Amino acid sequence: MSGEKQIVRPYGDTTGDGMVQVSFTLPVTHDKRAEGAAVQLANKMGIDPAMVVHATPMGDGFTFFVVYGRVNHLVDLSAVQVVERDFALLSAKDVNTVIKQRLRRKLSVVGACIGTDAHTVGIDAILNVKGIAGEKGLEYYRELKVTNMGAQVSVPELVETARAEKADAVLVSQVVTQRDAHLHNTREMSAAFREAMPAGRRPLLIVGGPRFDETMTDELGVDRIFGRGTTPGEVASYLVHALITQRKAMA
Amino acid sequence: MGKLDLDPVLVARARELARRAGQPVVDLARSHTTVSVERAVLRLAGVTGADPDGIPWVNRLVDAVAADVGLGHGVAVPVFDALVREGSTDVTLLAQKAAAGSVRFTQPTGRAATAARSAARKAVGAGIRRIDRRRAERDRLVKRHGDPAQRPWIYLIVATGDIYEDIPQAQAAARAGADVIAVIRSTGQSLLDYVPEGATREGFAGTYATQENFRLMRAALDESSKEVGRYVRLTNYASGLCMPEMATLAGLERLDMMLNDSMYGILFRDINPVRTFVDQRFSRQVHARAGIIINTGEDNYLTTADAVDEAHTVTVSQLLNEFFAHEAGLADWQLGLGHAFEINPEVPESFRLELAHALLARELFPDAPLKWMPPTKHMTGDVFRGNLLDGFFNLAGALTGQGILLVGMMTEAVVTPWLSDRDIALQNVRYVLGAAGGLHEDFVPAPGGFIRRRANQVLGEALDLLERIGEQTLLTAIAEGTFGIMKRPADRGKGLSGVAAHEADYCNPATDILEAAA
Repeated sequence: MSGEKQIVRPYGDTTGDGMVQVSFTLPVTHDKRAEGAAVQLANKMGIDPAMVVHATPMGDGFTFFVVYGRVNHLVDLSAVQVVERDFALLSAKDVNTVIKQRLRRKLSVVGACIGTDAHTVGIDAILNVKGIAGEKGLEYYRELKVTNMGAQVSVPELVETARAEKADAVLVSQVVTQRDAHLHNTREMSAAFREAMPAGRRPLLIVGGPRFDETMTDELGVDRIFGRGTTPGEVASYLVHALITQRKAMA
Repeated sequence: MGKLDLDPVLVARARELARRAGQPVVDLARSHTTVSVERAVLRLAGVTGADPDGIPWVNRLVDAVAADVGLGHGVAVPVFDALVREGSTDVTLLAQKAAAGSVRFTQPTGRAATAARSAARKAVGAGIRRIDRRRAERDRLVKRHGDPAQRPWIYLIVATGDIYEDIPQAQAAARAGADVIAVIRSTGQSLLDYVPEGATREGFAGTYATQENFRLMRAALDESSKEVGRYVRLTNYASGLCMPEMATLAGLERLDMMLNDSMYGILFRDINPVRTFVDQRFSRQVHARAGIIINTGEDNYLTTADAVDEAHTVTVSQLLNEFFAHEAGLADWQLGLGHAFEINPEVPESFRLELAHALLARELFPDAPLKWMPPTKHMTGDVFRGNLLDGFFNLAGALTGQGILLVGMMTEAVVTPWLSDRDIALQNVRYVLGAAGGLHEDFVPAPGGFIRRRANQVLGEALDLLERIGEQTLLTAIAEGTFGIMKRPADRGKGLSGVAAHEADYCNPATDILEAAA
């Protein structure tokens, strides 16, 4: 690390040349003016000089450009800030391996949409093999035993199923937010689990949906909240983190 | 046999085993009905629209009949019996009254039953004649505008969630060279036990399939067909819990292709196996009648399982899909059997393996317009490498004479395709088909060489698997996780409550008419 420079520029073929390559489309018919427009955009992006090396019409009234050029920006490595996820993102294979080696049994997950919410989009995206955005759902993980109860599940049914399936984790999806239904339902659910099972025996309670505030875990009485755009891989990685890696570390 | 020297005795044996595995499922399908099959019958009989909550009248009517007399007689006779008693011919109005609780249904006997059967057959027959007219209309338009100049046909996806955004995108895609437009459905629509109504502008990663959306898109593509001088085909999905109704609506609105796999819903959506097979058979009968090309979903196996180790499961599924399709009356030209370019590019000789698998499908099903699916699993976000991989995918399609080529996107797994992504992808296809479109004529793998050996090995593994399935039954095989990695027992899964065994007097005029023609 000690020899690494703190201030760097992009690298084309010579240190410090600052060369980058970008491509973009403008909603402009392809002509000389369009190429000028592309240069203008590149200049505003800090690319100067900018070379439009390729421009081609794309459908009606659109032009696609490839631009090479030198950026005048510097990168200060000492000022780079990244927000680290508080758990490691694991591949499906790694998730399976950790469960197999350290839990030595299948990890049981029960999922449902509770209350009157009939939108199974969220729970199915996370649980169905089909998954979402090219990522397979939790059913795909060999070491997870998934029970998807579907929509309009009552809280007592959910608690009963969690007990019967010896759930390590309960996943609840809430899409409908009218009159804060998602918050009421979640509180009702977490209270029911607190009442039905002693602290050490309760499954991990996870709730997800597009309108949750991820910082409200304490207020809602759950262990984790996942918001919009969560993938099955993130949920699986969290399960391994919370139920195996972290728990063992604390023990 | 042809380019791979496949043993015709083994190929015939494979088909026989597929028949043996599939026949019990057909018997099951012939002796059961589902809520969605019955709703499809009512749609053919002319029930349209939805209640103020958006629940279609076909759902309300089927639920009302099932509550009074059960599902096992079929709804046609009780519904038309009530209609005769009411002295009306308006089935939608009857549905509204039934939903309000002012009609009671009974299963009539004797003369009343004969009258109800005859009225039902007349109404459903009118619906099927509408499908026939749409098919004749397609034939006329294909004749007028022509088919695409090349094979494979170029298949492109749009999916904005808003039908009014989809339309200009689809039309732009047609202008840029697409021969087939597929409108991806909203995530999770397959698990809705009703078909939404009307034009829709909001969806999750796709656009709801509705009769009105079908109509709007087909009308727009008819304009495009005129403009580009070739008939542009439209695709949607007959899958999930409403498969029979989707097939029916597709026939009524002249869709040209439908995704329609015999096992996809079971394996990937955890839909009850019996529900799926019953719904499947009906939907395939409708597709057969409507002149619709089905696309099967074998590509999906390879996205969950290893594309080399599990290559034979694709072949087995294609053989089963072929059996079920023929049994339901579909002709070979309607079988867009699926397969995919999903071998890890790091595997040595991966392209030769792909060619072996693709050519095996081509040789096994010489008259089927095979659906060739692009790489998705090994697209990494490196768009440059992705574009190269798509080029090889296109080349494999040209070399092995594929029928329908789904255009691969270099931004697969990154973003939903941008305008420029689509254009670059089409440019890739045009280059490969322009430079090597006829190469399948010259491409004959060397006798005893790698490709022939590999193809014969996969066929052998497929036979082994079919032998194993034959010893049990297909339902047991599915229950035990033979396909993909999912175990799907016949008494579990979504939609089971909507299945009923036929009573002795079960009547389904749609099936009667469709089977009489076959």
